[in-house]
Amino acid sequence: MAQARLGRSEQINGWLFVAPALILLGLFMIYPIIWSLWMSFQVGKGMNFSFGGFTNIVRLTKDPVFIRALVNTCIFFFVQVPIMILLALVFANALNDPTLRLRGLFRTAIFLPCVTSLIAYSTLFKSMFATDGVINKALLAVHIIGSPIAWLADPFWAKVVIILAITWRWTGYNMVFYLAAMQNIDRSIYEAARIDGVPAWARFRYLTIPMLKPVILFTTVISTIGTLQLFDEVYNFTAGTGGPSDSTVTLSLYIYNLTFKFMPSFGYSATVSWVIVVMVGILSFLQFVIARDRKPAK
Amino acid sequence: MNAPALIRRAIVYLLLSIAAFVSVFPFYWMIVGATNRSADVVTGKATFGDFLPTNIATFFATVDVPRVFWNSALIAVVGSVLTLLISSLAGYGFEMFRSRFRERIFAFLLLLLSIPFAALMVPLFVMISAMHITNTWMAVILPGIASIFIIFYFRQATKAFPSELRDAARVDGLKEWQIFIFIYLPVMRSTYAAATIIVFMANWNNYLWPLIVLNTPENKTVTLVVSALTSAYTPDYGMILVGTVLATLPTLVIFFLLQRQFVQGLLGSVK
Repeated sequence: MAQARLGRSEQINGWLFVAPALILLGLFMIYPIIWSLWMSFQVGKGMNFSFGGFTNIVRLTKDPVFIRALVNTCIFFFVQVPIMILLALVFANALNDPTLRLRGLFRTAIFLPCVTSLIAYSTLFKSMFATDGVINKALLAVHIIGSPIAWLADPFWAKVVIILAITWRWTGYNMVFYLAAMQNIDRSIYEAARIDGVPAWARFRYLTIPMLKPVILFTTVISTIGTLQLFDEVYNFTAGTGGPSDSTVTLSLYIYNLTFKFMPSFGYSATVSWVIVVMVGILSFLQFVIARDRKPAK
Repeated sequence: MNAPALIRRAIVYLLLSIAAFVSVFPFYWMIVGATNRSADVVTGKATFGDFLPTNIATFFATVDVPRVFWNSALIAVVGSVLTLLISSLAGYGFEMFRSRFRERIFAFLLLLLSIPFAALMVPLFVMISAMHITNTWMAVILPGIASIFIIFYFRQATKAFPSELRDAARVDGLKEWQIFIFIYLPVMRSTYAAATIIVFMANWNNYLWPLIVLNTPENKTVTLVVSALTSAYTPDYGMILVGTVLATLPTLVIFFLLQRQFVQGLLGSVK
């Protein structure tokens, strides 16, 4: 009898602890999700809409700006995320060596960018990458380029600057996760491998990476979500235009423009947002599958 | 150390030095820029000038500084405290009181983690409008208070919370909420410190959602106001960089205050 009552109070306590969060999530997450799913089948402007079936999906395939945004978002994702994850792993691995001097200093320095405010770093990058700015001056001085590059006015270089900026800001953040995970790995495994003559790169590839797999997976999924919803940087670097000539427009920026800049078409912008949901879903699933396949045979 | 090992060591130091330089240079650039004229900033002058007082004066004349910082601080502090409280309660609850039904809910929440904000912002905006709280700080913080990411983080960290402590407290007759406040909170200091850095940064730097819901100048945050300055036709970079230094200070201070606990806190969560 006492046993049963304990069980019930455990149940009640369990619900009490999670209830505030669940109520808020229900209101501000689940309800909007259902709402937007329903909206994505509606057509019309402003609050005036009617059921349109697959009209919005058909419209997607014929919308050049949407296709541009989709391609750009994919470019940002496929170029930026692998570079950042790899850099973060390499730095974490280097900093994990207990005999390295100035570890704390290096770690703090590399982590520092993600502490900057968004606005600080977008302003900094904009001024540094101005046509007669400090980056061009430095590159000209060491003769890497012959004439200044119009970074933010060129469709190709504008993308490069945005990729550089995101990588600058988030590499240290991911690195700290890896560093924390690496410190949980038993050092004697490395000692044993070293005594057996396993070279450093192989220890990194066949010991560190497999043991960090859960954290790598976690950070890749988080970065995937972050990159696919890229908005802040592009909006700030290009004064909200996604220019030059839509070359940096992303899906999130397009949704924002559809909803708050042009005559609002909630239904269509909801459809575009579901494209991101589907992409995140597919990519996260693929990442889980890849992570599982590479599990070393026991 | 033999020769190849020495070379390898040198490469590691070189690599880390370059990374550290690249990471820190923009900060130097920001501080230098704040002391120069706009024309010098865009033409890449990398040495200190003597326009700092002028730039500060211009910034304070252009922006209602106390007001804007108060808005940001209110949103960041209230938002962070509520997020930490509500999300850590849930993380603790999911881990400490397990039931099959709650495990399913938790798995479902993890699935929702992949829903991007872009998919929610339109319905959220319509909801906030219907609640007649657009253009208030409440509208900014409400949708973020229950953060699945932070709930997940606290649940992971709670796995390292010694259950003997809880059992002892129960024997002493403490209620569950008392155990949470008087035992769990102090024991999990470093977890809270790490979460504070993450949540405070996210709130302070939040851009897209405040951009949507805050529409009069007197309610805008630092991020929004300084960002608007940069999209002027000829932005006054010297003055703007004063603003960015000021906008960066709070997150820098929080980071350096909590840095030691930060790595420890992350350590707990990935065990």
